[in-house]
Parts: sequence; C-alpha cells; structure tokens
Amino acid sequence: MEGNIGELGQYIGVGLTAFGMGMAALGVGNVAGNFLAGALRNPSAAAGQTATLFIGMAFAEALGIFSFLVALLLMFAV
Amino acid sequence: MATEATGGGLEFHPMDQFVVSPLFGNGPVAWYTPTNVTLWLALTALASIALLVLGTRGRAIVPNRAQSVAEMAYGLVHKMIEDIAGKEGLRYFPYILTLFMFVVFANLLGLVPMAFTVTSHIAITGVLALAVFFGVTIIGFAKNGAHFLDLFWVRSAPLAVRPVLAVIEVISYFVRPLSLSIRLAGNMIAGHAVIKVFAGFAAIAAVAPIAIVAVVGMYAFEVLVAIVQAYVFTILTCVYLKDALHPSH
Repeated sequence: MEGNIGELGQYIGVGLTAFGMGMAALGVGNVAGNFLAGALRNPSAAAGQTATLFIGMAFAEALGIFSFLVALLLMFAV
Repeated sequence: MATEATGGGLEFHPMDQFVVSPLFGNGPVAWYTPTNVTLWLALTALASIALLVLGTRGRAIVPNRAQSVAEMAYGLVHKMIEDIAGKEGLRYFPYILTLFMFVVFANLLGLVPMAFTVTSHIAITGVLALAVFFGVTIIGFAKNGAHFLDLFWVRSAPLAVRPVLAVIEVISYFVRPLSLSIRLAGNMIAGHAVIKVFAGFAAIAAVAPIAIVAVVGMYAFEVLVAIVQAYVFTILTCVYLKDALHPSH
C-alpha cells in the first residue's frame, strides 16, 4: 500500500460526488412523481404541461451533472 | 482476459472514445487539421440536410416516412416556440430549428458504433450555448432597452427582498450558458462512458451475460436521452428567448 495522500483525497472526492448524483435522482424523481400525481387528478390539463415537466427535470438534473463534472475534473484535470 | 479487467484498469479506458485525433496520420492537431470531430460535424450537417431538404422534396399530400419525420420535427419546434415565447418568438424559428436538428443529429449519430459524439465536447456545446446566451441578451436589450434589466429587479416581491433576489437572478442569468452546455455534454459523456464500462465487464466470463444485457438496455436508454436532451436544449432556448422578449413577467 503506497501512494501519495493527494491521490487518496482525489479518489475519495470522486466517490463523494456520487452523493450529488443521488440527490439529483431524488430531485428528478420528485418532479416526475408530482407531475404524475397532478396529471392523474386532472388528465385533461396534463398534455399542456409536458414542456414544464421537461424544464423542471432539466433544472433538477443540471446540478447532478455539475457533480459529475466535478468528478471528471478531479479525475483528469487536477 | 478475466484477470486483465481486475488488475486496476480496464483493457480500454472508458474515456478513450472522446479523444480528438486527426483523420489522416498521427500529427499534431491544429485548427485546420481534419479530425474525427470535423468528420462527424460534417455528417451531422449532411444528415439534417438530407432529412429536411431531400426528405421533403416530394411535397406529397400523403407524406412518406422521411417527410413525416421532417414535418414532425418542424411542427414540434414551431409549437414549442409559439407556446413558450409567443408569436413574436417565431421570428427566431429558423435558428432554433437549426439548433434542434443539429443537436438531435449529433447525439443520435454519436450512438452509431465506433462513431464520435461531437456533443460530448464542451468546446462544441459551449459555443452553441454562448451563441444562445449572447443572442438572447442582444435581443433583450434591442427590444426592451434598459427595461430588460427588470428581469433582475422582481417588482412583485417586497422591496426588502428585492436586492437579495437581484443577486440570485444575476447569478442564475450568468450560469445559463454554463448549465446549458454542461448539461448536454455531461449527459453525453456520462451515457457513453457507462456503456463502455459495461462493455469492459463483458470481458469477465462470469458477468458477461449481465453486462451484455446492460449494454443493450443502456443503449436504448441513451437513444431516449439523446432526443430528450436535444428537446431540453431547445426548450430552454425558448424559455430564455421568452425572458428576452417579455422581461417584466
């Protein structure tokens, strides 16, 4: 077991960014679940709101993608 | 073969597929060098021309397959702009349709085995996002003058919280090109890397069947992601355009 401590921290950091991915999953699931709950109550209004659904999902997902970017930067750029 | 994959690295690196390399020879890459990026950018442009120009050449009343796909894409983007940005937004329809066709074909062509995904590079998605960002900012100032700054000064909020909101609004405005480009590139990098990682597991005999099924499943998911990400990119462009046309809402 040899290696420098900086590399250890780098890999631990990359692992920790997986939390970001999990949080983004919660967010996207929340958006989709609430959309479905609303859509089942009023199916006639659902078709007009799919654009809003995708916008909401995109915003929720973006921050998860940022954590993925941090992982890539730690792995390949630091 | 099985021991290779466990010895601290796969036989191929999942990120190798994103390396920019010259088409001819192994020389250095300068700005004029024809690379795999150039090739797939050209194929993307040709594919959208083939669908939109050659596909609709017949102008049939009962469209054939290519014509109905082209009409569907046209109708989708047209309706999207009309719904979100309003009738005034339709002036910018040609640019937004170009953007949609470019991104959707770049994503889908990237899924062809051995292909290069041009949208996996932030250099390319960054240019697309910055073009949207600067275009929208210029349209906003040209249409509304100084009233465009109302976007950052939320009049419906109480006076005390307005400065705080203004700071948040300014940050979220300037993070737009970053999030727009990184969302697209990140989705593409992540999806393709996951496929390659599962493909690497296929070298281990014990898990090979699971790995192959996983690759097939991920591939199908990636086709969906490719289209959804192009849709999201376009829809966010429409949202930003709406902000530029009607900043006080």
